[in-house]
Amino acid sequence: MDMPQVMRGSPVHDVVVIGSGAGGGTVAHVLTKLGVKVTLLEAGAMLNPARDYKEHKTPADYPHRGAGDDAASYFGRKDFGFFSAPTGYWEIDEEPYTVAEGSQFRWFRSRILGGRTNHYGRISLRFADYDFKASLLNDGLGSDWPVSYEEIAPYYDKAEDFIGICGTAEGLRSAPDGKFLPAPALRVHEHLIQKSSRKLNIPCVPSRMAILTKPKNGRLACHYCGQCGRGCVTASNYSSSQVQIFPAMKTGLLTVIPNAMVREIITGADGKAKAVSYIDKTTRTEKQINCRVVVLAASACESARLLLNSKSSRHPDGLANSSGSVGRNLTDTVGYSLGGYVPALEGMMKHDTDGYAGGHVYMPWWGLEQKNKDFPRGYHIEVGGGYGMPMLGSFNGVCRSHEGYGAGLKKAILDSYGCSVGFAGRGEMIPNAKSYCDIDPHVVDRWGIPVLRFHFEWSDYELKMVKHMHDTFAAIIEGMGGRVNGPKTVADTARAISTPGEIIHELGTVRMGSDPSTSALNKYSQAHDVKNVFVADAAPFVTNPDKNPTLTICAMAWRASEFIAEGLKKGEL
Amino acid sequence: MESTRRDLLRNVAAAALLGQLSAEAMQHVHEHAAEAKKATAGVYKPKALNAHEYQTVTKLADLILPPEGGEPGGATAGAPEFIDLLCSGSDRMAQIWLGGLAWLDDQSLKRYEATFLDAKPAQQTELLDLIAYRRNDTPETGPGIRFFEWARRMVVDAYFTSPAGVKALGYKGNVGMQVFQVPQEAITYAISRSPFKEG
Ligand SMILES: Cc1cc2nc3c(=O)[nH]c(=O)nc-3n(C[C@H](O)[C@H](O)[C@H](O)COP(=O)(O)OP(=O)(O)OC[C@H]3O[C@@H](n4cnc5c(N)ncnc54)[C@H](O)[C@@H]3O)c2cc1C
Ligand code: SF4
Repeated sequence: MDMPQVMRGSPVHDVVVIGSGAGGGTVAHVLTKLGVKVTLLEAGAMLNPARDYKEHKTPADYPHRGAGDDAASYFGRKDFGFFSAPTGYWEIDEEPYTVAEGSQFRWFRSRILGGRTNHYGRISLRFADYDFKASLLNDGLGSDWPVSYEEIAPYYDKAEDFIGICGTAEGLRSAPDGKFLPAPALRVHEHLIQKSSRKLNIPCVPSRMAILTKPKNGRLACHYCGQCGRGCVTASNYSSSQVQIFPAMKTGLLTVIPNAMVREIITGADGKAKAVSYIDKTTRTEKQINCRVVVLAASACESARLLLNSKSSRHPDGLANSSGSVGRNLTDTVGYSLGGYVPALEGMMKHDTDGYAGGHVYMPWWGLEQKNKDFPRGYHIEVGGGYGMPMLGSFNGVCRSHEGYGAGLKKAILDSYGCSVGFAGRGEMIPNAKSYCDIDPHVVDRWGIPVLRFHFEWSDYELKMVKHMHDTFAAIIEGMGGRVNGPKTVADTARAISTPGEIIHELGTVRMGSDPSTSALNKYSQAHDVKNVFVADAAPFVTNPDKNPTLTICAMAWRASEFIAEGLKKGEL
Repeated sequence: MESTRRDLLRNVAAAALLGQLSAEAMQHVHEHAAEAKKATAGVYKPKALNAHEYQTVTKLADLILPPEGGEPGGATAGAPEFIDLLCSGSDRMAQIWLGGLAWLDDQSLKRYEATFLDAKPAQQTELLDLIAYRRNDTPETGPGIRFFEWARRMVVDAYFTSPAGVKALGYKGNVGMQVFQVPQEAITYAISRSPFKEG
């Protein structure tokens, strides 16, 4: 590497946003809408949907059928596969992370404009009143957010109205209703699942997805190609790149600097942030950009890393960390999946079951009032099934169980195609003292930036939940006349539970709170210690409910952005 | 092909803006892509496997998924090309296939005094019957069983991602629809066969 060349003395920018995922995209959108000039630093490359998204391709369009020229899909290096839009990996060669001895953690990052919103699942659930105020549940666990559901609800409205979420109003406390576009029809297996669930008194309702079932805000309605995880060329689903950043760039108020890997935030003599230093990855030179306000939206753990790496004599433990809470309270969603085989579906007429990608129904948490369960909090259930696009690996399961070869193998594959259903539980994890990230004192990445080290432990609360998930999924499968794949019960919950980080809902590392001695941010996601530093990803979250986090990231970032715009106008920032 | 396909998609997008996104328009995009692909396909020249190995893979592909009732088998569906291509890009994959094929020939020579390719059909299936099932796992057959798991998996992958395999499966998706619809007939069929038939 050449000697870093430090460029200083650039003009002062109003707001510098770090990262362009759900959080950064929302901030860029809202601030530019309010007339504020924004500069966005993104560690990944610029996105070109026409080139980078592959949602209308089939494996046969490529000689390697989606394995990648180096057969990567067969050896597990590209976990979401060749078709997944566009760069998202557990491991990034130039940006390692470490895991403390005895812990496990997988950190999924995407380095591209739009971050992980290019290929996320798009399940969009509001947190409930008790998710913000854990104390409402009277179980003595967790902490309250400094904001209530009522305070956030208007921002959920704004985010939903802008992004476009389909679903139905159900009046359930655990799954507050939003501003919904119509939900599409249920697939056949979903009809069966719904009947089976309801027999068990488990609500099974249309999913809530960031997908346009009607044209909205200049974007096209979904055409049901069923490949949302690959990105959507017609922008019929939400990605911050297409829905927020490209339009914001057109206003002339947003400047995007791609391939800009931020190293740290630099503070001035007054203790306030005055500049952001980053590595221009294309030239491998170091640059600085001066600004009035910094918004970190690099994803929860990366924002914690940046704060911890921004050390100075005024902030010896890192920026915004006088409480010592930065990096603490790391959580991920509890995950467990189970599949089943449903004979009722055998021999059914073939039809197009693509719809949008993901279940058209889901089961919100139903056990709020239940007294006889042995774990706190709850989970929701996501479902899969249908005649999906045949991909590499689609029939691994049949190959393994049928073995053999010849006409018999082919028949087994044809007969069982589309007869399987899958259930995935997504449950709340209670923050614990053993789950956190800090800076590894020995390792730096390709850019010379000290890396994160993860420490993680599931507690008994989460492990017990997994057992409940298994029994519930098995009951639903059997209720529809199906057979559970694998053993009847989970013998070893510690092995059955998802690997920490694997559900990709890591959050909580820069938590908000009303007490500056125990939290890093106030209720507007503003650092207690440094008034012109904000965090707009999932790092501020105080709880990690059973709901996927992205819609709440958008709502909270929207609120923080309005606060920033107001502060700039009043000259307070 | 890339640019025409994109142009078509763009046209589709434009039509949709006017509220005219038709299923036919979307379908057109997909069909066009398939035709463009057919036109460019030539005779494949193996890159990683030698002629004997390639022929052996071709034989294996048709044994694993044989042609039947007018439907092509694994070989015509492109499994040999696919396997050779991946071997050419990955040392690890080449190791699996070259080693596996050598093992197969060695076993065949020992048992039948002919390579797998030259062995009689009954001998070929006798050997495959041995290595196609984990229950036959012994130190002697172990390498063959491991190899055959890869062979089966990759031939199945190649076949069912090929147009012939997609047709055999009856996959009807990856097309545009204005409204997502599910045939009532299919719903009725499944429910009548389920525990919920009484309503
Ligand atoms: C396969 C998958 C499925 C998912 N499904 C769902 C779902 O159904 N529902 C849901 O709610 N959530 C889901 N998620 C999670 C969701 O993607 C994240 O919650 C969301 O994207 C987080 O947004 P973010 O802005 O915090 O971070 P990201 O989207 O990760 O964006 C962060 C951006 O910051 C950039 N960046 C990082 N470090 C730096 C640096 N030092 N300098 C400059 N830029 C930097 C990154 O390159 C990236 O572009 C899923 C995720 C994945 C991967
Ligand atoms: S299913 Fe709809 S939202 Fe998803 S990629 Fe296709 S068109 Fe886009």
